[in-house]
Amino acid sequence: MTKYVIKRIGYAFLTIFLISVITFSLMNMIPGGPFLSEKAVSPATTAALNKKYGLDKPKYMQYISYMGNLLHGDFGLSLKQTGRTANDIIFSTFPVSARLGGISIIVALILGITMGSVAALNRGKWGDSVLMVVSTLGIAVPSFVVATFLMMFFGVNLRWLPTMGLKTPLHYILPVTTLAFYPMAYITRLMRSSMLDALNQDYIRTARAKGVGKFSMLFKHAMRNAIIPIITYVGPLLAYTVTGSFVVEKIFTIPGLGREFINCITGRDYPMVMSTTIFLAILLVFMNVIVDIAYKLVDPRIKLK
Amino acid sequence: MKDIQLKANPFSMQLNAEDFLPASSAEKEQLNVMRESTTYWKDAMHRFSQNKVAMVAFVVIIIVMFLAFVVPSFYPYQYDQQIRGSEDLRPMQYSQAEQQTIAAGKSVFPHIFGTDKFGRDLGIRVLLGSKISLLVGLVASALVLLIGSIYGSIAGYFGGKVDLVMMRIVDIIYSVPDMLIIILLQVSLKEPLNNLIANNPAFAGLQTVGVGLISIFITFSLLYWVGMARIVRGQIMSLKEQEFVTAARALGASNGRIIRKHLLPNCLGTLIVMTTLQIPSAIFTEAFLSFLGLGVAVPMASLGSLASEAVGGITSFAYRLVVPSVAISLIILSFNLFGDGLRDAFDPKLKK
Repeated sequence: MTKYVIKRIGYAFLTIFLISVITFSLMNMIPGGPFLSEKAVSPATTAALNKKYGLDKPKYMQYISYMGNLLHGDFGLSLKQTGRTANDIIFSTFPVSARLGGISIIVALILGITMGSVAALNRGKWGDSVLMVVSTLGIAVPSFVVATFLMMFFGVNLRWLPTMGLKTPLHYILPVTTLAFYPMAYITRLMRSSMLDALNQDYIRTARAKGVGKFSMLFKHAMRNAIIPIITYVGPLLAYTVTGSFVVEKIFTIPGLGREFINCITGRDYPMVMSTTIFLAILLVFMNVIVDIAYKLVDPRIKLK
Repeated sequence: MKDIQLKANPFSMQLNAEDFLPASSAEKEQLNVMRESTTYWKDAMHRFSQNKVAMVAFVVIIIVMFLAFVVPSFYPYQYDQQIRGSEDLRPMQYSQAEQQTIAAGKSVFPHIFGTDKFGRDLGIRVLLGSKISLLVGLVASALVLLIGSIYGSIAGYFGGKVDLVMMRIVDIIYSVPDMLIIILLQVSLKEPLNNLIANNPAFAGLQTVGVGLISIFITFSLLYWVGMARIVRGQIMSLKEQEFVTAARALGASNGRIIRKHLLPNCLGTLIVMTTLQIPSAIFTEAFLSFLGLGVAVPMASLGSLASEAVGGITSFAYRLVVPSVAISLIILSFNLFGDGLRDAFDPKLKK
């Protein structure tokens, strides 16, 4: 197990190294330096600025110094929001996104697992069909469509729910619904098939034969095995939530990291784009490591390589 | 044989002569319990045609393709044509100038979905958007198919160290958060590609495709083939142990020939299913990027960018959002259902 954990963490670092190299070289492919502006700047000033920020050094030296700063937890500077460091921007906006994303993930997991189990228990009946139609639709509708439709009906037409910001718990309803919609549909389908698999196993029949009640059979026996495939989906679910937050935060004007990232892209704030990408990549890669290790821990049948 | 007319005697053991007549070919047919042998393809097609949901999805895809690729060529409006005086028309509404033309006895093609604030007909823009979405889906999945199947079959066929190294690369690409890299590529490829096209006449043809689309294709061929490669590798690894591969090798077939002529054709079902299911995911990604303003450049339109433009006027022009949204959901849904149908048809064991 320790060997496996070390190996996984090693690959995680390799992945992050690769991502940082890709990000760094892509950002350097964009023509024009960071000090290119509308105002005419004398070559001497540009040279001085380049020297100050270490841009006169060769590219690999720039990369090394950037990564060195990163290891010390310094994400660099923002180009457009002068006076604010990338750390300041990332760590002030990230908690907002993390809260929204966390709630959505929990909602998606709870609803998806429940709906999937209900569908499996009612296999072939109308309840199953309704849930399957809903989840098939849920997979096909892009998140921005869900978001805008929710906003149109509940925010604009009915005026039931607020559509901007995250001030009160009521503000969370629409963004969380949007973010949780697709994963919920996916988990429902996944849970239904794994629950059907579990219910057809011999040990369930044995449990029923010795008189275990339906409730206990479901929660104590079937659920434990049926839930394992869901854990494998948590990794992609995290990635989906991060990318989904770009759209959701843009539409519902939530001051989170996702909206900040999109603003940096449209505002061509390349150092911020790079820092945010690397931050999110590190986050996702390590979350995936944790999920993978948890998966091995939960299911002892999986052989450790 | 009619002359054999023996009267049946109820008390005799006499046999009915007609029972001993040679069987006609129709009667022989009845005894044939073997069904006509079917090929793998016929069988799959038969199973597919029995699947009502998948057939409906297939018909929808055909209709959408007709609308997207054929109809725009004879549609009376152009996607970038700005009609003066017809700005912000509601569906089926006519501008004053057009009403005068109608009053003069000439016919004017209606703006089925109205026009946008620049006086562009929304109907043709939605058709064009669907065309872009379909193109992205088809080209991107073709690229994924090409790269994934070649990579996967090489890794699976040679095995050992080659496989180990190649699959480690796949593992690493797999754990790269794809959407982040796609957004980065979209941002950073735009200007280099523009320069390339502007400076190099050989690439001028790419101008018509648009830089946004090219960078989407590049990102797909860089990142999205890993799933395909993994599945193809698994299939090849089990197939290469079979006797027909040994036979081919004994006959002196080269490695390349074995992969091309013996192994890949045997994975064709899987390849088709995987490619089909890749299409909606590519369309999804393109719509996502266009919605964030990173996809195709104006005045081109994709369904994502149309929806994105419509969000601003959501209170007064809700239909502008509804039309592209419904179109994109319909396209993704039908490709998903079509792909599921194909999977069930090609591999009934996988059916859940």
